[in-house]
Amino acid sequence: MIRINQLTYQFPNFTLGPIDLHIEQQEFFILLGPTGSGKTVILESIAGLQKPHSGDIFLFGKDVTRVAPENRQVGIVYQDQALFPHLTVQENIEFGLRYQKNKTKASKAVLAGIIDTLGLARHLKKSTTKLSGGEKQRVALARALAIQPQVLLLDEPLSAIDPCFRSDIQRLLRQLHETLPTTFLMVTHDFNEAFYLADTVGVISKGILEQTGTVEEVFQRPKNKAVGEFVGMQNIFTPQREGRSLYFAGLRIDAEKTSEGRNVGLRPEDITVGTTHSFPDGFMVGRGILQSMTLQGFGCEMTIDCEGSTFLVHGDKGNIRDKGLTIGEQIYLGFHPDAVHYF
Amino acid sequence: MVLLFILLPLFEMVSQPSWNDLRETIADEEVRSAIFLSLTCSASAAAISFIFGTPMAYLLARTDFTGKKVVESMIDLPIMIPHPVIGIAILSLSGRNHWLGQFFQDIGIQLLGTKTGIITVLTFVALPFYINTAKAGFQAVPCRLEQVARSLGAGQSATFFRITVPLTWRHMITGFIMSMARAISEFGAVVIVAYHPMIAPVLMYERFTAYGLKYSQPVAVWLILICLVLFLLLRVVSSPIGKKN
Repeated sequence: MIRINQLTYQFPNFTLGPIDLHIEQQEFFILLGPTGSGKTVILESIAGLQKPHSGDIFLFGKDVTRVAPENRQVGIVYQDQALFPHLTVQENIEFGLRYQKNKTKASKAVLAGIIDTLGLARHLKKSTTKLSGGEKQRVALARALAIQPQVLLLDEPLSAIDPCFRSDIQRLLRQLHETLPTTFLMVTHDFNEAFYLADTVGVISKGILEQTGTVEEVFQRPKNKAVGEFVGMQNIFTPQREGRSLYFAGLRIDAEKTSEGRNVGLRPEDITVGTTHSFPDGFMVGRGILQSMTLQGFGCEMTIDCEGSTFLVHGDKGNIRDKGLTIGEQIYLGFHPDAVHYF
Repeated sequence: MVLLFILLPLFEMVSQPSWNDLRETIADEEVRSAIFLSLTCSASAAAISFIFGTPMAYLLARTDFTGKKVVESMIDLPIMIPHPVIGIAILSLSGRNHWLGQFFQDIGIQLLGTKTGIITVLTFVALPFYINTAKAGFQAVPCRLEQVARSLGAGQSATFFRITVPLTWRHMITGFIMSMARAISEFGAVVIVAYHPMIAPVLMYERFTAYGLKYSQPVAVWLILICLVLFLLLRVVSSPIGKKN
């Protein structure tokens, strides 16, 4: 397991921490955060590539804060792959093997299995410069896994890959995590990746680890507005008290679920729209003016003004077209009460 | 225009001596030994620059520390200061009146009028050319490659020799060529520290002052030709193989 205690870094224009983090053995932990929030620094400090200002890092019970990177048994895969350009695919993958103390037939079999799983057998003799982005990322993964690390660190491994290869690598990561006895720690700014891959997630913003927990906990019950926004709640409102009830956007909410000064959040995809007041039973329904409609691939993004509050709604393009909505028109929006998150 | 400015004087000089002059000059033992001494002393200076300059270049490329700019400026000093000044400075250090000169003489190292003195002076002027070229090479290697190598179990030296050097050796050879070229062309500092044994530029100067232009030109032509072949060979060796593919 990985345990980080009170880790801090001081850079000229940025302060990280203090960070406290605990990751269980064989867990798939995803650290979410926007660019420049300090994710990679945490990753590199676990790998021993950055020296912290203060704090301790424990790997499997051993204090490794001052242990050299080569003695940590931690593999790292970067977004840009960082493949050795003067070596072939095979030489890249086998680079770390000569430094491993326990070189057995079993470890060779593990390596063969990794190469097979990642579909690299036919590329072994190639130069890494001849590979596609997805293939390069597979080589970087194979190289890191070849040393059979206790921990695999992944620094935004999917963000530099063409979208068509991204889901392949995602599937592979999941498969590798299920089959290998390795703890995975990945950083990303894409919460969809976290949804698909993570057992637990942490959200970091401006050098502060705001919240950690299971995917369910963090996505359903964000601790604050910063976390809420980051996990996709693009509709965040602060309810106002009117008499004994709390209201947002003209909608009354259960006062037992929240209190004045706290926030409610809604994901854009949890909201449906219609020209009539016809929603399933139990839905909370509001009335507003359609302000904008932007087509995005197979979907459509709308903004709707409801009594001074603006809702962002994602809908199916075909479905929206069938409803014949026009800008400036009065429309209804509805959502299930369970889609409202209180934080 | 620029090429004309560079090539015209050189072409004029190379085309002046007759084939007989050139043959007689290279048959002269004094000329041959002066050119040989120039080449060996310059190669030694480049080799010393390589050995001591490589760690310095790596340090400057990879680390930031207080006073780095000052250190870099100090390394560039030999490029800027007049070369007789370098000769005088080294001469004053190596004299009996200086504790360092006294120490060198006590352990049997003599700089004045020796090959050791020539190599010392040539290393002084050549070092910045090697360090600056090698530093640019190290800076071109992303730190991440070294970091990944470390995470895979390679220690600092293994990372340097398996990752950094294979990706920088062309810069290193270019630096070697540049520093050797700079050393071969040195005259002002050498003439103060060691007039004898005579390197090629000093011999040219002596023949020019004693006998005139006609006698110094063939020596210069031979030095240019030999250096041209040598550096061309080194450039070919250090150029990327299969670049066209």
